[in-house]
Amino acid sequence: MSSSANGNNSNNGRVTWEGCSVLLDINDGDRLVFARLSPAAKLKIGNKNCSLQPLIGTPFGSLFELDGTSLSPLIPSPQADATNNEEIKEDGQPNAESRDNRELVDNNTAQTLTGEDIEAMRRQGAGGNEIIEALIANSATYDKKTAFSQEKYRRKKQKKYAPKVLLRRPVARSICEAYFKKYPSKIGFLRVDTLSLLLSMANVSANSDILVVDMISGLLTGAVAERLGGTGFVCNSYLGQSPYSMDIVRIFNFSDEICKRIVRCPIADLLSSKESPEQTLQVADVNDACNVESQSNDPMGATANTDEISHSPGNGISDLGTENAENENIPVIRACKATKAGEKAPQETIDSWKENGFSSLLIAAPEMDIWPLVRDVLPLLSNSAPFAIYHQYLQPLATCMHNLQLAKMAIGLQISEPWLREYQVLPSRTHPSMQMSAFGGYILTGTKICSSSC
Amino acid sequence: MLAIDPAKKLSFNRLISNGDLVIVYERHDNMKAVTVSEGSVLQNRFGVFKHSEWIGKPFGSKVFSNKGGFVYLLAPTPELWTLVLSHRTQILYIADISFVIMYLEVVPGCLVLESGTGSGSLTTSLARAVAPMGHVHTFDFHEQRAGSARDDFERTGLSSLISVRVRDIQGEGFPSEFAGLADAVFLDLPQPWLAIPSAAKMLKQDGTLCSFSPCVEQVQRSCETLQNCFTDIRTFEVLLRTYEVKEGKMENLNGDNNDSNGSLPCKRRQRSDGSYAPDTSVSSVMARPCGEARGHTGYLTFARLKCL
Repeated sequence: MSSSANGNNSNNGRVTWEGCSVLLDINDGDRLVFARLSPAAKLKIGNKNCSLQPLIGTPFGSLFELDGTSLSPLIPSPQADATNNEEIKEDGQPNAESRDNRELVDNNTAQTLTGEDIEAMRRQGAGGNEIIEALIANSATYDKKTAFSQEKYRRKKQKKYAPKVLLRRPVARSICEAYFKKYPSKIGFLRVDTLSLLLSMANVSANSDILVVDMISGLLTGAVAERLGGTGFVCNSYLGQSPYSMDIVRIFNFSDEICKRIVRCPIADLLSSKESPEQTLQVADVNDACNVESQSNDPMGATANTDEISHSPGNGISDLGTENAENENIPVIRACKATKAGEKAPQETIDSWKENGFSSLLIAAPEMDIWPLVRDVLPLLSNSAPFAIYHQYLQPLATCMHNLQLAKMAIGLQISEPWLREYQVLPSRTHPSMQMSAFGGYILTGTKICSSSC
Repeated sequence: MLAIDPAKKLSFNRLISNGDLVIVYERHDNMKAVTVSEGSVLQNRFGVFKHSEWIGKPFGSKVFSNKGGFVYLLAPTPELWTLVLSHRTQILYIADISFVIMYLEVVPGCLVLESGTGSGSLTTSLARAVAPMGHVHTFDFHEQRAGSARDDFERTGLSSLISVRVRDIQGEGFPSEFAGLADAVFLDLPQPWLAIPSAAKMLKQDGTLCSFSPCVEQVQRSCETLQNCFTDIRTFEVLLRTYEVKEGKMENLNGDNNDSNGSLPCKRRQRSDGSYAPDTSVSSVMARPCGEARGHTGYLTFARLKCL
């Protein structure tokens, strides 16, 4: 039951600990920050530097409010919720609202409280909520607003004067959503529903060996490793000599068992001596011994991956909000772990892949011409293995699909484009959200078949 | 279907043996689940296929009938199973299934509750996601349906990951033995709001719930009930648009070449005005959305149990 939990934690990763990675959702997604919790970690909200210390040891899903200069847990009061509902619901009948905005004149004179007044209140130690009440009391138009716009007004002021921080678990879903919302180019514009489809179509499941080409900063690698839960292998492969960035993998709170299952390998090494497996097997064994030896000279973990860390931006807090610059000097204690994700794949494992084939293939290489890559790596799969390829453009996938058909390398080929629409659901006011993501990428899926020789 | 036992991983490279479940692939829209049995035959429009000839071949092989027709034999996956299982109820399809697994944050080791079981389409994918050490408890009030689902999970080799029980979850709620233990709850019920209070009791703190409903009125009522104990309530619709790919010859207009020519390789008739004659035709690969698609499956409403 503890596979998804960090080694330090017995509660299935549902309570934070020191050194744990978290996603901080500030004011309902206005700002999203990945942070590592430590007593010294600080986060700037508005113009205040808040310690993240109070978040350590609290359950994921907890809500905090910035009260003065410190974050304190906010217990949702059922009372407040109930009154809100009543006001809006009015016995489930369509709202018998008599007020409307016919009298509303937008001339910026409605608020009598000035900036200096608010500053003065602050100096006297007024909390955020007191300021909000004062603003409402001094608004000439508040009482004339409809219940909905009163609510909206209150929310807007709350964001400014009493910001809320929601503590979210950094898992494939939340990480993908956060990047898609704030920094989509880093993950190749891969939307969460598309990611979910990739994982399903490639049959990512425990004890499988998944070949991955991940040029989206490690999101795909991390999502696969999450599904493997410390079994099987995710082989993060790359063209050329230098591995692709896996920054995002470190945002997940992976246990050592899961990290061990994320390995790296150049595609060239997987393809080498593939042509005549019988003959080269012995040679490979010899190489194998040498490699194992040379590898054991490397101190595991600590120094082996320093280059990878230096690729990462900043210091462990990655702010996906608009106020990017402000967190530059935040000290963050990174938990020293014995095992790092992304060790070089051991030679015997590579040999086993060459012999048995990978159980599936996943590619997210949004900038790359797909067909030559697929042509080369598809033979590395075992027969009947499914594959799923992501691309942000249709044409490379269409060409790839056509060529796979001509070469009779795969069946069940299909290009699909997921479509995701969110709804506002409120009594008598249910409709699709006004804004939606119009595009989450294309995927090509299929199943590898035996080459004509077998 | 799944490599639950690590010793049996890379099972795709295993050869087909007597008693194996294989997916017989004719076309992308025509597949069938068959249990290999030495003396049996498969008969379809391509002729008669002897199972005995399949045994010993690798999965992914092309096999031939007495008339020279052929099919492919694939290893079963939850995705293929969803396409071939017998529909005892309306089932969930791949786009919804994938999204549900991801959004419920189901990972290996999770305990998941589901009602109703229906045809077991989602259950199969849930089992894959919780494997190897998690478990799916699925409930259906229809005794025969539950029995058939149990048989299916036996056939697909998932019975160690799934327990099927007969129970009216809307009427009785989930069994109290799971109180506070579930990582995720999935509801596909006609009146999900009746089961939501019980689901809340089953979930761990910050645990996730999903309710699938085809009608917006159901969503409306579910969301009202969810307000009490849940937060982060979000409703989605997820669909797939599929594309067809063709290599086509496109006429290349060439203004220099004005005289008509009757020996064009392409089939298109010549233009009557003759001002621009197609000169060369270039072959290119083109894609367009398929003309028909599933327009609605259901609304997916997600929520998290409030932290108190």
